[in-house]
Amino acid sequence: MCGIVGIYLKNKDLSKNLGKYLAGMMQGMATRGPDSAGFAIYSDLKKPKDFKYSICLLNDFSFSSFKKLITKKFKNIKLKQVSDHIVLTSSEEPKKIKSFLSNHHNNISLVGYGKSIEIFKQVGNPKEVIKNFNLDNFAGTHAIGHTRMATESAITTNGSHPYSTGQDECLVHNGSLSNHNNLRRILLNEGQKFDSENDTEVAAGYISNSLLKNISLKQTLINGLKDLDGFYTFITGTKEGFAIVRDEIACKPAVIAETKDYVAIASEFQAMAHLPGVNKANIFEPDPGVVYSWGR
Amino acid sequence: MINLDLKKQTLREVNDLLQNIDTKANLRNYLVSNPSGNHAVCAGLKDEMEVLIKGHVGYYCAGMNQKALITIEGNVGTGVAENMMSGTVHVKGNASQSAGATAHGGTLIIEGNASSRCGISMKGIDIIVKGSVGHMSAFMAQSGNLVVCGDAGDALGDSLYEAKLFIKGSVKSLGADCEEKKMTKQDKDTLKILLKKSKITDLKPEDFQMYGSAKKLYNFNIDNVSEY
Repeated sequence: MCGIVGIYLKNKDLSKNLGKYLAGMMQGMATRGPDSAGFAIYSDLKKPKDFKYSICLLNDFSFSSFKKLITKKFKNIKLKQVSDHIVLTSSEEPKKIKSFLSNHHNNISLVGYGKSIEIFKQVGNPKEVIKNFNLDNFAGTHAIGHTRMATESAITTNGSHPYSTGQDECLVHNGSLSNHNNLRRILLNEGQKFDSENDTEVAAGYISNSLLKNISLKQTLINGLKDLDGFYTFITGTKEGFAIVRDEIACKPAVIAETKDYVAIASEFQAMAHLPGVNKANIFEPDPGVVYSWGR
Repeated sequence: MINLDLKKQTLREVNDLLQNIDTKANLRNYLVSNPSGNHAVCAGLKDEMEVLIKGHVGYYCAGMNQKALITIEGNVGTGVAENMMSGTVHVKGNASQSAGATAHGGTLIIEGNASSRCGISMKGIDIIVKGSVGHMSAFMAQSGNLVVCGDAGDALGDSLYEAKLFIKGSVKSLGADCEEKKMTKQDKDTLKILLKKSKITDLKPEDFQMYGSAKKLYNFNIDNVSEY
């Protein structure tokens, strides 16, 4: 199963409610995915040179030990602790920070980075995960969430969505892919890196790899209809907005609700029943094999 | 009209009440408010009654219906009226996939569009869709009628048995063993009744094209029924 949700705010005045809207949507999808949950929130940094890094602490590694470790190496950094995650903000070159973080992969895992994205994911019922991260308090432009019922890989933070394999990119997936092992091999040869055995991470890597070749997101997802074998509804996020696509058999559900204030996507309508004005929204089911996108 | 509010009562309470009404009572009109996309709203009703659901519902709404007239003022999720035996289900909005799946009887009217696999494995139901239907509609449909006033998606009527499909608009592609048929007087009469039933006054049977089984994939012979 799995539940996926996404919300893009057209009305900027609502940005402070983003976390609250997403929390309700993820709670509504707890029945589809009780094993783990995660979300990506997009909120732009003010300083153009800064980057944000979403870091998950592993094996009870503490915030203070991490702080000690990183301040020894870098001067110019800001840290924010959110449950077992840390959002690090710095104007240092991403290469340097990323290589430092990967040298400590036993204690920490970099789950996403960019100029806008923050990613949080945890094992447990979505209702608990939302509370742990205080999702209600987040503000931003758009957000994507996932509630997981594990099939293809273990119930771990590494096996949780969203997957981010490129700057400000993320992917959530409802379904399963059957050719991920072969595709992973091809992408590894092309220089893509993977942190898990998960099928969705391969799809995320496929998208990142294609975007690096300057192929548009829309064309990438159209190409994916041929290259990715399996069942899926994908929501993929970028700094600018998000896109949704379903495979051509379209066994995995999705419903879209659009008003003048927002676009909401969910696996089932019950995940958006709480959104303001949803009963008067334009509600439709995305056609199979068609890419829909919204952005600024 | 008796009011049932899914914000105040649990789904189980509401369904339980509707599944076990006092069959001697004269008042048989119910209003269900705040469905909020819940699944299985009004599933398993078995007595004559009228239910109006105000809002959007989730999966399997009005499934296994017998005798009841259920109207949904909103959209419905996967499998509306699945396995219906009799009665009428009327959807004012759009329907998701597998509308009327495996249903043995009754009438399903959809004012908007229905998505993929509409009428999959239908076994005697009449389905009238005023909009269009998605791919693989009437897949392995055994009996009954599917009327579509808009277009049909890919692979219409794949592996079709005895169901009849009436499509007004275009058909993106026909499934295996489904072919265009000439309408007989009896087919036209059937369609006329279905159009009248669903209050479609601006269309006549001649506006539709009929599709049925080419019978190359199945070889059922009624004379051999004792052998099966």
